[in-house]
Amino acid sequence: MAHAQGQQHPLGVYFKVWALLFVLSSFSYMVDYYHVEGYLRWTLILIFMFLKAGFIIAIFMHIKWERLALSYAILGPPVLLLVFIGIMTYESDYTFLTRGIFFVTGS
Amino acid sequence: MTPSDTDSTIAQPGLTPGLPGLAEDWSSDQRTFKNVPWGKAMMWIFLLSDTFIFSCFLISYMTVRMSTTVPWPIPSEVFALSFGGEPIPLILIAIMTFILITSSGTMVLAVNYGYRMDRKKTAILLLITAALGASFVGMQAFEWTKLIHEGVRPWGNPMGAAQFGSTFFMITGFHGFHVSIGVLFLILVARKVWRGDYDTGKRGFFTSRKGSYEIVESMGLYWHFVDLVWVFIFAFFYLW
Repeated sequence: MAHAQGQQHPLGVYFKVWALLFVLSSFSYMVDYYHVEGYLRWTLILIFMFLKAGFIIAIFMHIKWERLALSYAILGPPVLLLVFIGIMTYESDYTFLTRGIFFVTGS
Repeated sequence: MTPSDTDSTIAQPGLTPGLPGLAEDWSSDQRTFKNVPWGKAMMWIFLLSDTFIFSCFLISYMTVRMSTTVPWPIPSEVFALSFGGEPIPLILIAIMTFILITSSGTMVLAVNYGYRMDRKKTAILLLITAALGASFVGMQAFEWTKLIHEGVRPWGNPMGAAQFGSTFFMITGFHGFHVSIGVLFLILVARKVWRGDYDTGKRGFFTSRKGSYEIVESMGLYWHFVDLVWVFIFAFFYLW
């Protein structure tokens, strides 16, 4: 007897996502290999990263098929990290500026 | 309902879907995560806390990289590897990435065959996953050795900003540690699957109810998480 509780899905979707992850990884490697620089580089890296992460979480980790009570409890809290990133960006800019002033003028 | 029925709360047709279901689940008594075995819910909560640990590492890396006045070493060159000819940028890291993705694929198949009660296939796939994970750790050890020989230390390196070494060893070290522990548990779970512990409901640690392979899914969640963290490390540390 099969447990209806388990996350059981046709294998096809896994193979598709698997292939997709390979393709996306090669794309992000290509970004480095062909020396794409500047904002285009960072945008591409982020796009491929989020796509990969999304597919892993949604399909491989089955979040797509979970009830919202679980998915939101897992996916909601990490959003707060954006605040943390914001704070630390501000802080590191400040540190950089003070270092600039003190290391250059030495006062 | 007999106690065993309540215990295994199989997909209840009575559950409300969508947002009203979310409100209903959270305001219901006894359990919030319907249809989810407690072991899996706990694994998710552990992974959530682990997310914050790795985020702290990556954010501290961002902070030191943004605030240093010394140029950051170029990862593309630092991690280049030459096979007799011209050095190929980031090649080892690319191979490691593909190995980890492959292992994620074998893991997801293991979970699937586990739920199909295919004992042998599940165990073999788990062992393949473990072997791929072990080779990943091996390559990481190689990479560490190479960098240490080139004079990279947690307190400084010949290529540029001193913070490069400390963040590199901390982030990849912590990730490698996760992979190593994962390999260990994959082997343990594979052994239990092979012996048929989950069919007979044999008692011991990491057991589950008779005929239930949910441990394999929790193991899978952990393994995919390790892959997930690598996606972020690859993007932010090696490619940025």
